[in-house]
Amino acid sequence: MSFKRLWAIFKARNYEFFRDHSAFGWNFLFPFLLVAGFGIIFGGKSYTEYKIGIFPSETKQVSVAELNIPQRFKDMQYLKFIGFPNAVDGLEKLRHHRIDFLLKTGNGPHQYWVSDASPKGYVVEQMFKASLVPVESKLNAEKREIQGSAVRYIDWLFPGILAMNMMFSALWGVGYVVVRYRKNGVLKRLKATPLNAFEYLTAQAISRIFLLMFTLVIVWTGCDLIFSFRVQGSYLDLFIIFFLGSLSLTSLGLVLASRGTSEEFTTGILNFISWPMMFLSEVWFSLEGAPQWVKSSAKIFPLTHMLTAARKVMHDGAGLIEVGPEIIVLTLMTLGFLTLGASLFSWNR
Amino acid sequence: MEPILEVKNLVKKYDAVVAVDGVSFAIRQGVCFGLLGPNGAGKTTTIEVIEDVIPPTAGEILYKGKSRSSSFREEVGIQFQSTALLNLLTVRETLQTFQSLFTKTNTIEELVELCRLGEFLDQYNDKISGGQRQRFLLALALINRPELLFLDEPSTGLDPQARRNLWDLIQGINAEGKTLILTTHYMEEAQHLCDEVAIMDYGKIIAQGSPDALIRQYSRGITVVLPRERYALKTNSFPLPVREVKDTIEIKTDDVNQCLEQLISHDVDLSDITVRSPNLESVFLNLTGRKLRE
Repeated sequence: MSFKRLWAIFKARNYEFFRDHSAFGWNFLFPFLLVAGFGIIFGGKSYTEYKIGIFPSETKQVSVAELNIPQRFKDMQYLKFIGFPNAVDGLEKLRHHRIDFLLKTGNGPHQYWVSDASPKGYVVEQMFKASLVPVESKLNAEKREIQGSAVRYIDWLFPGILAMNMMFSALWGVGYVVVRYRKNGVLKRLKATPLNAFEYLTAQAISRIFLLMFTLVIVWTGCDLIFSFRVQGSYLDLFIIFFLGSLSLTSLGLVLASRGTSEEFTTGILNFISWPMMFLSEVWFSLEGAPQWVKSSAKIFPLTHMLTAARKVMHDGAGLIEVGPEIIVLTLMTLGFLTLGASLFSWNR
Repeated sequence: MEPILEVKNLVKKYDAVVAVDGVSFAIRQGVCFGLLGPNGAGKTTTIEVIEDVIPPTAGEILYKGKSRSSSFREEVGIQFQSTALLNLLTVRETLQTFQSLFTKTNTIEELVELCRLGEFLDQYNDKISGGQRQRFLLALALINRPELLFLDEPSTGLDPQARRNLWDLIQGINAEGKTLILTTHYMEEAQHLCDEVAIMDYGKIIAQGSPDALIRQYSRGITVVLPRERYALKTNSFPLPVREVKDTIEIKTDDVNQCLEQLISHDVDLSDITVRSPNLESVFLNLTGRKLRE
């Protein structure tokens, strides 16, 4: 292996990345916009919100304080009240699940409508009923606060968005680019030099990992200045986990890059892999309560292990020993993908 | 002297299609060898197999009397017919990148001077004209001081001026003692540049030799061409063989004076007469009954 050749290809690939200003900018802007967007939408609150239709009301915007509905229902959190002029308009929205609950204003007995097919409607109905129970009745339950500070939704979501960005960047930045190079003849030109496949693939992988980690640091710093993320564990451990994750995702990109000359087909394959990975690796929502087979299927994705480990370090203060199983799986996946990618690789069309 | 390259019974098949069908030739050091033939004749496949870019189905390729080793790529220069380069690099950076891939190289300054790259050296490699691009690709092929240089259709798509400039460059490189193998479907190019030519058709070599020898062997005589409307003679009354080609008639003769005398004696108007010397195009036409660019 020649380091001179490897370095030349590494440098050339980095020039390409940094000089493609639009793609370069988007690489930083996309995760930042996602985090900022979710930060603004949820503002640190839970993302679950129930929509309550109220009629009769002349305007859609209603002043909650002036509504003639039970006071304790008005005081509940996570409820949004929307006004309708009459029952017909409200029922139309309820039927299409645009609202979860419809309530007629006025003194009791209160009239409300709820769809039997709506789980959220059922929850609001129970909340509404609870608000009608006299205050003096004693609850057979005692409230306890959770210890320490609770994990904000934005703190939970942030590593997911970063990891998702890494996944897209690794798969497209290696898989798609190498297929394009094979199709337009760049690989053929390189094959006619002493450069060998191992040197070429290693340079591609190192270049992508360097760019992924560079992006990670910039985006993390930028977002942290605005949202002040809470990291219970060590930043170094977190960096090592993201590094291992990017190694494994880049290696998966090399497997996809090893054959094929059709950019359209490669896009299809990349979507086929990245979309299930995005939804099943708990980027956006937890799989807690999902069927066991769904949870087991998610374990085949490197993103799942990277995110599990990153969240353990970030939210639970775990060290590398505690996330040992994830580190071992990510390392084994990397070795497997690298071996497969190198053995399948072809320069030619 | 031992040939620098020997190709023996080379065969390349793609499923049922035989692209190269038992091709053999040997190239002496320092010559410019041309593979001439129409599009689809198998020229590019032949040289890409020799270049070790695609594997052969059968046959043997010897470089300096031995099978090609790992050092083969260090010693040959290759210019592909169509190639893309690493994106968003300048001409200088592309040369530097390729320079790092080889052990023994020319300096950038030498290549700039040899291939006249100075005026566009710091432009992106995809923002240069067709003629500049061909000179740049030639510089890339020369970057490792190759002893053997492959040029696949080097002047395709160039205007006549740019083509002439490129020919001068190629002749200069050949004059330095480098061995050249080029493919072309331009008979003027083969005739102008090549010491030896192999004519390919349907994957086979149908004739081989120096351009002059091929012309002498396969295309004797001068062709006299006249517009058909000027030619009022009855074909059977004229003593020389006459062939009708589109709007013209062609008369082949070994003695142009005698032919002209006969035409004058038959009251033929010679105002628009053309006299054509034999060339590789006529060799190909005589061998296959088709024109090179049909």
